[in-house]
Amino acid sequence: MEYSPPPFFKRGPSLLTRFTFFSILSVVLLVADARFNYLVVLRQGIAGVVYPLQRLSSVPSAVATRIGEFFVTQSQLQRDNDQLRRQELLDTAALQVGKSLESENQHLRQLLGLRERLPRDFIAAEILYSNRDPFTRRVVVDRGFQHGVKAGQAVVDEAGVVGQVTRVFPWVSEVTLVTDKEQAIPIQSVRSGLRGVTFGIGYDGTLELRFMPVNADIQNGDLLVTSGIDGTYPPGLPVAVVSNIERNAAYAFARITCTPAASVTSFGQVLIVSTADRLPENPVTDEEPGPKAKRAKK
Amino acid sequence: MNFDWLRAPPIGRTAPQEILLPVKARYIALTLLSALVLDLFALPPLLQQIRPDFIALTLIYWVVYHPRRVGFLPAWLLGLLMDVADGSLFGQHALAYAVLMYLAILLHRRIVMFGMRHQIVHVLLILVASQLIMLGVRLMAGADFPGALYFVPGFLGAGMWPLLFNVIRVPLRPRSDPDAV
Repeated sequence: MEYSPPPFFKRGPSLLTRFTFFSILSVVLLVADARFNYLVVLRQGIAGVVYPLQRLSSVPSAVATRIGEFFVTQSQLQRDNDQLRRQELLDTAALQVGKSLESENQHLRQLLGLRERLPRDFIAAEILYSNRDPFTRRVVVDRGFQHGVKAGQAVVDEAGVVGQVTRVFPWVSEVTLVTDKEQAIPIQSVRSGLRGVTFGIGYDGTLELRFMPVNADIQNGDLLVTSGIDGTYPPGLPVAVVSNIERNAAYAFARITCTPAASVTSFGQVLIVSTADRLPENPVTDEEPGPKAKRAKK
Repeated sequence: MNFDWLRAPPIGRTAPQEILLPVKARYIALTLLSALVLDLFALPPLLQQIRPDFIALTLIYWVVYHPRRVGFLPAWLLGLLMDVADGSLFGQHALAYAVLMYLAILLHRRIVMFGMRHQIVHVLLILVASQLIMLGVRLMAGADFPGALYFVPGFLGAGMWPLLFNVIRVPLRPRSDPDAV
């Protein structure tokens, strides 16, 4: 038998061994996260460690903003004030009409014996920063599950739908913007009542209305609002405005590009809307294995 | 004010040779923590997109000049931290940092022999390789290529190598001037 002499310097496992070990560990984590969506708890645990550091590192920019706010000029304040006053007047008028409509609507619904629409809860939040990950369109807001935010809730601003909460941490949560590649929203055209689904494009700040036939009743400038059939987004919120339509008979579907209604690039206040409505369970269809099913397959 | 500590990077074909104070583990941890803070603080989106990865740079420095002091484990854990902070896939930065450590340890004897200009090229190679790893992972997971701006942090990071090299060495330089009698 051969014995190798003890190593002169104790250096641990070789470089390649260590590299292979940590690479395999990373790949296991990657697959567990991307494919199976495990590790939510682990991510939240680490987020608890990162959060104080993030707060600490945001101090300089916060101080800079404070100093900037201090030097807002009198004329600008005056202008803003005037504008807000005018806006308030308009809003009040709209609110009056809305209130009477609401009571009328409630009355009619009761008459018809329809289910009353539950008022939804809102959580006001502020966008802290946009995510560093260049592959996705996400922002981080300053409310987490300590404040009652849940994953899947819709996020809106004063102009329309901003996105959807995708990850919730103790004090912050991550909102996927409507322009993200993986974000889909069921919509309805205000003008024609046509239903569809918008998808984010990802690399630029636009949306795409997919799977619309070439002869679909869609025009430039059509406002698309949430249809509410998904139970996540309250119905009637503006999502996007159709900006460009390419109808090519060679393809089955038209290429419809839309610009988002909400300001998805600026930072500001947003509302997180709770999903209060309970949709009825999906109907369960009993599939009877038999000659019928077989025939349908053929 | 005396800006001696930020002396011009030695540029040339020979390696910068200095006799430095011994490095404490605490100092290494402090530099990595500062790099983490530099990586985390919020910037406007465009600047954020081109911000160099200071953790990667700091790791390269320690691995090249003190290869026995920083191992794979801290680098890997920092990678996980960055994944959570970035909201990217879990393990993406960890894998990239593992590749970075491997390349840096593999090349460290070579890098210290070169002057600053050639060191920059090596650092660029390592940084871009780690970025390519992340790009590959995300493309496989179904993302789109985010545009040519994606590689700017690698180049900026390599450009900042001389600065980082000198800043890290500031507390390590002996206080007294050896030439003074």
